[in-house]
Amino acid sequence: MTDALAGKAATPRDVLSGTSPSADHSEGMSYLQSLPRRLVTLYLPLGIILLILLFPFYWMALTSIKPDEQLLDLETYSPFWTWSPTLKHITKLLFETQYPTWLWNTMLVAVCATGLSIIASVLAAYAIVRLRYRGAQWVGGAIFLAYLVPPSILFIPLSTVVYQYGLFDTPFALILTYPTILIPFSTWLLMGYFKTIPFELEECALIDGASRWQILTRIVLPLAVPGLISAFIFCFTLCWNEFIYALTFISSTHYKTVPVAIVTALVDGDIYRWGSLMAGAMIGSLPLVVLYAFFVEHYVSAMTGAVKE
Amino acid sequence: MAIALDQSRTKREYRDVNAWTRLKANSNWLGFWFMLPAAAFLILFLAYPLGLGVWLSFTDARLGREGVFVGIENYDFMWDDTVFWLSVFNTLLYTGVASIIKFAVGLYLALLLNENLPFKAIIRAIVLIPFIVPTVLSAIAFWWLYDPQFSIISWSLKKMGLITQNIDFLGDVWNARWSVIFANIWRGVPFIAITLLAGLQTVSPSLYEAATIDGATTWQRFRHITYPLLTPIIAVVMTFSVLFTFTDFQLIWVMTRGGPVNATHLMATFSYQRAIMSGYLGEGAAISTAMIPFLLAAIMVSWFGLQRRKWQQGGDND
Repeated sequence: MTDALAGKAATPRDVLSGTSPSADHSEGMSYLQSLPRRLVTLYLPLGIILLILLFPFYWMALTSIKPDEQLLDLETYSPFWTWSPTLKHITKLLFETQYPTWLWNTMLVAVCATGLSIIASVLAAYAIVRLRYRGAQWVGGAIFLAYLVPPSILFIPLSTVVYQYGLFDTPFALILTYPTILIPFSTWLLMGYFKTIPFELEECALIDGASRWQILTRIVLPLAVPGLISAFIFCFTLCWNEFIYALTFISSTHYKTVPVAIVTALVDGDIYRWGSLMAGAMIGSLPLVVLYAFFVEHYVSAMTGAVKE
Repeated sequence: MAIALDQSRTKREYRDVNAWTRLKANSNWLGFWFMLPAAAFLILFLAYPLGLGVWLSFTDARLGREGVFVGIENYDFMWDDTVFWLSVFNTLLYTGVASIIKFAVGLYLALLLNENLPFKAIIRAIVLIPFIVPTVLSAIAFWWLYDPQFSIISWSLKKMGLITQNIDFLGDVWNARWSVIFANIWRGVPFIAITLLAGLQTVSPSLYEAATIDGATTWQRFRHITYPLLTPIIAVVMTFSVLFTFTDFQLIWVMTRGGPVNATHLMATFSYQRAIMSGYLGEGAAISTAMIPFLLAAIMVSWFGLQRRKWQQGGDND
């Protein structure tokens, strides 16, 4: 659809490091601006935006290590810092609640759903891009439309479907429904990657007598590893983030995922609940942040890849 | 005779093998098997429920009970329901305001990040963090930031002498609306900024140099170079943004559950309340189905955005 644009689009590495493929010098025209001017027009607004973007996380982390009495007494202690950090909230969360179970559930659901989706998407994307069966283009379009169907209009009928199939209140309800969100996205992403693999490689292999399956596993997949990683971590993030299906399809506390469990099971009438709530939110997002730290480029390529097509 | 029979058999075997090999190489046949897993998922858990949802909206189904066809009764009821219209109003307000601000701030942030900065890579990586952290978990952080008694925002404003009373962020009708809209903007800006940044980097710097030599101001450079070249990607990004803002559920559910007095109910949270909390699946399905026309409108916008991109490139790329 947009091959011409995709051809000159920046690679994710470039997006992050800022070297545009068409730029021949890194400084650009910025020498035209004086330092005071840059301070006001660039560093100041950027600083404010970054501060606003990051403050909730700082507050989350700070709250989770503050002692209870400092949490609610904003006058005696400076609210922006604490000199007596405590691990009480975190240990309470890990040893007195079912938090580890919820973490495990989330991890299990995310890994299984992502795995299933990647397998299905690789096959589908390869078939659409390279097998070019009759109607492949239409199927590609349909998959893009499926990407635009949001979970919030599907959860009501889906809950009756899940009930009919006997999956209600089991992890399978989530493992089998999450792929509907993930498959359209990752198929679309992988189609983009497969298109970049030279067709000649496959022709050579075909002449040498390789079957389509061998071509896929021996030639295409090894070359598409960056795309696979992007699809995998992005799907994993989406799974971890999913809320409405998990809220609707799971009712037993020990099957809940972290986002749902925090909202439904951890919120109680306790006035001191904020410490453990924030600790729960922090630990719940930690796996994704760590993953993100290692694969920043892949995230960016997944994001831009999804809109580029 | 025997020889002839033998011959015909070999011939047939040969043909059999040939047919099988041909079938194996037939792209339609192979394509069918390759598509099967994805198609099975999407048909069983996406297409079928989508149709079922429309059907449910014409029945009086309850949670755990099959419904019977009742015609447009649910829609009729919905039409006279003030809370439904309030939720439509809220959804449009939420989507409209949040999308416009997200776009403006996102574009501004993208332009800032496109400048030559020290520690560029790290800053850009940091910007994306709100997008990575699960929405529910950051919504909880906002819930705490918006606490009526111990909100750090109220505290800071009081210390600065700007207000005397704590702000009741989530308890007052309009405060609650602006608060959830702010949280949504906060969550959505990084996505827009980073995707637009990717688009900005495809713009050749020589265009800016040429324009500067011709005496163009900063605004003119933006208006006549950056913006036109960025329109295609803006169209796509904003379609996604509008779509996901319109169907938002998580932020609202965590922070207000639609309250106070339904002031922040979006159509998605309202349908959840009707269908799952109260058990009226039919009514809930009708509310969800009422969202579909809006989504189609968003998809049309995306479609025409893509058309325009084709036209701009002057090519007939597939």
